[in-house]
Amino acid sequence: MGSPPHQTGMIMTWTTLQTAMAEQGYIADDDLAMAVHLALTLGRPLLLEGAAGVGKTEVARVLSDLRETELIRLQCYEGLDAAQAIYEWNYQRQLLSIRAASEHGETGRSVEERIFSEEFLLERPLLKAIRRDTPPVLLIDEIDRADEEFEAYLLEILSEFQVTIPELGTISAKSRPIVILTANGTRDLSDALRRRCLYAHVSYPERATELAILKARCGAIEDRLAGQIIGFVQSLRKEDLEKKPGIAEMLDFAAALMGLGIADLTQDPVVLQACLATLLKTETDRFNITTEVAQRLAGKAA
Amino acid sequence: MSQVTKFAARDSGPTARMVGFMSHLRDNGFRLGVGEAELSLQALTHVIAADPAVTRHALRAVCTGSIEEVERFDGLFDAFWMNGGRVTTKTIPTQSPVSDHVHSSRDAAGAENSGAAGTPSTPDSAGEDPAGADGEGKLVASLTQAKMKTDLRDLVRPEEIAEAQVVAQRLGAALRDRRSRRRRQHRKGDRIHFRKVIRQSLSSGGEPLHLARMRRPDRPLKIVTLCDVSGSMATYAQVFLAFVAGMMRADANTDAYLFHTRLVRIAEALRDKDALRALGRLSVLADGFGGGSKIGVSLAQFSQTYARRFVDGRTVVLILSDGYDTDHPDLLSAALEKLKKRGCKIIWLNPLKGWAGYEPVTRAMAQALPHLDVFRPANTLADLAALEQELTRL
Repeated sequence: MGSPPHQTGMIMTWTTLQTAMAEQGYIADDDLAMAVHLALTLGRPLLLEGAAGVGKTEVARVLSDLRETELIRLQCYEGLDAAQAIYEWNYQRQLLSIRAASEHGETGRSVEERIFSEEFLLERPLLKAIRRDTPPVLLIDEIDRADEEFEAYLLEILSEFQVTIPELGTISAKSRPIVILTANGTRDLSDALRRRCLYAHVSYPERATELAILKARCGAIEDRLAGQIIGFVQSLRKEDLEKKPGIAEMLDFAAALMGLGIADLTQDPVVLQACLATLLKTETDRFNITTEVAQRLAGKAA
Repeated sequence: MSQVTKFAARDSGPTARMVGFMSHLRDNGFRLGVGEAELSLQALTHVIAADPAVTRHALRAVCTGSIEEVERFDGLFDAFWMNGGRVTTKTIPTQSPVSDHVHSSRDAAGAENSGAAGTPSTPDSAGEDPAGADGEGKLVASLTQAKMKTDLRDLVRPEEIAEAQVVAQRLGAALRDRRSRRRRQHRKGDRIHFRKVIRQSLSSGGEPLHLARMRRPDRPLKIVTLCDVSGSMATYAQVFLAFVAGMMRADANTDAYLFHTRLVRIAEALRDKDALRALGRLSVLADGFGGGSKIGVSLAQFSQTYARRFVDGRTVVLILSDGYDTDHPDLLSAALEKLKKRGCKIIWLNPLKGWAGYEPVTRAMAQALPHLDVFRPANTLADLAALEQELTRL
């Protein structure tokens, strides 16, 4: 169980990490780059918090690309429990096996040992992550959606990197995964979990950063249109919206405009209004951002 | 670089400074332990620690844990490491037997005598002075000013918080529902507990004779409290604030806000381990305490921002207010309607309703009524405790 950086033999400073992430198409600000760097060097889990659609999940994907390792993802939801997150026994096979054994006259301890062995164990993401030879990136997405009981499970794994299965004993990590947790703030996380993790708050990017993201993802886009799109989306975020458009929405918007062959946002109000479908996702928001409002914002951005 | 704090020559080195910084943060309500100090030092060995900007980023990643802390971190960092080049002789503050946040004017006799709170330009004692009597309006304004600086620590005593905590705990226990999606073993469950069945069937040669079952367990509701601290509520603020503080301490799942003309989230501040320091932090947040009230605007602000994150179908929103709104009543009902859409239960506790013959005649209150699940009087802790029955039925 060595620490990750020495295994791959590349020791990065936080600025080279930032550049490397940028090469993979992820523009991270200084705070985030530093937090990721420390998470890698210190082997600590990293908790990323921020509004939906600011690219928290993307950090994990970029890291797995950078490290050329597997990305294991655990999507949290209400009611998530150990059976779906850590491991589960293969009940059907167990039942069949017991029946077969009893027909052969095999009973007692030997059957028990066999059906509670690795062969009958179904690995779920958390167990999978600690049993890999090369450290994978473990993404625990939207941890705040899972209930508090699950947080407690997670704490054991994050602090000890081991899983206890009553029938099999304790399984220790072969390698320490790089753990990224994301949270949207649907509920407050426990202090214990926060303390175990490094923390970075990811907010909507600044104009220059977002422009760089757009350029990195849509290389073909014209400078003028790119500037307009970013200006428009950024001022749209300042409006009173139920659901603010994230980076993914901005990229969809750009793709939609490019697909329709629009070179100037103010060119055609009808098309712009139609393209808003990529940015505004609730009825109230669509209703509030009328053609006039959209034109005003586009005019400012131009 | 000249901004960086200088440390005295007899300073005992970087470790001591880091420990000093940690206790500096701890004094300001950050929940950090020895582990974080060690981790911070470790983190700094992986970066160029001589660069203040880099150090700032690194320590921020280690020491903060929420957006509120991130926002406060820069100021605290500057205060410790960048104090303008002055020499700091003591990196670790010596522990005095009584820490400063316990000092309060609450117990000092006469300190609360508001008549003496005037300033040279607007003497409050002008009321007794015949010469000052003709200057109308002056007296009112200065008295309001004095109220606005109310220290909540003077209003609420720690014993009351402890009492309120008991009440809050019982209320929390009364609010349960049965919609957990997890399942636990239970004799009369609705699903089969496979793991257990397999285990037991071993003894009967693979024949599952007894089907163990599991069901969804009960789970508590989340309580969100919105407490009105406007001028008209000043006399009841004591009870309600103690209740809110007790509630926060009894159950980590609760959330709390204050409002007068605007809304402030006080959950973070109230979670402070030290009950009195929590109130001190609250006083700072509740700037404008005892002023006018804009219930509609505050609730609208709540339903548009925090409610989206914290209020769902398993939440009870508890509003403590007298319903005297200076805004248009439509604002209030619109805000409540929007809040209701999130699937929560809304309980409104009105201190005035405890008065004999009270009718919800203020237009704001009358329009709010249809959106409320429960509308009850409460102006003492006993009233709040009596709510238990009511909430069990929800």
